[in-house]
Amino acid sequence: MDFEWDLFVESLPTLAAGAVTTAQLAIVSIIIGLLIGLVGGLARVSGLAALNGVALFYVTLLRGVPLLVTMLFLYYGLPSLGLLLEAKAVAILALSLTNGAYVTEIIRAGIQSIDRGQMRAARSLGMGWGLAMRRIVLPQALRRVLPPIGNEAITLLKNTALVSVIAIPDLLRAGTDIMTWQANTFSPFAGVALMYLAMTLPLVWLVARLESRWRVA
Amino acid sequence: MSTIRIRNLHKSYGATPVLRGVDLDVAPGEVVCVIGPSGSGKSTLLACLNGLEPFESGEVIVDGQHIGWGPERGGARLRVPERAMTLARRRIGIVFQAFNLFPHMTALGNVMEAPVQVLRRPRAEAEATARALLDRVGLGHKMLAYPADLSGGQQQRVAIARALAMQPAVMLFDEVTSALDPELVGEVLAVMRKLAEEGMTMLVVTHEMGFARDVADRVVFMDGGLVVEQGSPAEVLGNPREPRTRAFLGRVLRPDSISA
Repeated sequence: MDFEWDLFVESLPTLAAGAVTTAQLAIVSIIIGLLIGLVGGLARVSGLAALNGVALFYVTLLRGVPLLVTMLFLYYGLPSLGLLLEAKAVAILALSLTNGAYVTEIIRAGIQSIDRGQMRAARSLGMGWGLAMRRIVLPQALRRVLPPIGNEAITLLKNTALVSVIAIPDLLRAGTDIMTWQANTFSPFAGVALMYLAMTLPLVWLVARLESRWRVA
Repeated sequence: MSTIRIRNLHKSYGATPVLRGVDLDVAPGEVVCVIGPSGSGKSTLLACLNGLEPFESGEVIVDGQHIGWGPERGGARLRVPERAMTLARRRIGIVFQAFNLFPHMTALGNVMEAPVQVLRRPRAEAEATARALLDRVGLGHKMLAYPADLSGGQQQRVAIARALAMQPAVMLFDEVTSALDPELVGEVLAVMRKLAEEGMTMLVVTHEMGFARDVADRVVFMDGGLVVEQGSPAEVLGNPREPRTRAFLGRVLRPDSISA
């Protein structure tokens, strides 16, 4: 054990700067991932074979490849296609595409878990498929899948630790830098672990709050 | 012109024929009760009438709109586009056995939803209409209750109000009391009876023989995917011609079930 309190406290400002990057990447990727998942989930239940096929292909591909591989593939692969993106953009792309694949399946399952009578009742009142989905089915489905979507958001937040391999100064990277300068592992990494934990708490809180507010009366 | 006109309607689920050439008309203001053993195709018939179930062939016209298949041209019919069916459904109210209220909305919200979202009525106007309708079905005191807090009978009355809010040309009732506890059946039938008295055109699939006898202008007996017999309640229920009708009534008409 080489824990030194002073070193721990000293490393916090540097770690905090890394944590800001991590939080930015996570928030942007979670939002984009949710949007992808919503579109993907709707495509999966649309009843249109082409849309469903595209969505299923996307899900199978992104779920089947490790996030780290996806990220490195995009980081080194896109430039050879003539597409130069900065590291952060690559990281957001990889994180949100992978997250979106999981969210797609969660939202598909949520929609399919809603009793078919709901869609029938909505359609019988003259609603088109889209309106019935938006006003009747989706609000119930999203409420139901809030806990697993919260899980995915937390997973994504922690998966941002992988971006340090493409040279983004995130929280983990800040920790390893300090470790190298100070030749001390434990003190900075205690801070790293605590900060990841601290960042998941707002997500946990947000999910709990949404769950209680959207509870079906 | 009939509010509902059905000619030679054929429908099957896979290889199993459910409707095998149904002919039926319902005149404006008429109340028609459809009775028959389970599996006779009664509920499927209703689902075909508002296009919720596709059918193989036949002509269905409701409130002047072709449902499922368009008018015959040169011996063939074209499928009615989904958009036209969605428009036609505005005028066809249906109430389901399972209520199917929207659980994330209050009773008032359920009734206002389609007028606001589909007909684009101003909220205040839609709310006034919805309140009046909920009053009419005896739920003026439950406007802001959620479906989960209502009894089955109350839920079904909200469902009736919800369908009426679209000012439909016809109301279809699909075994609407079959899922209810016996003591809650009466309150729903009372609402339907009032609706009939007010002149609503109604096609009612039911097992309530007392209701059919007292309220229907005409009773239709279906069996095996066909209309076997139809006529006034007195004729069909009191003096059936067809052996199959007699056999069915013999099974369901015990003296106590006829009290209305």
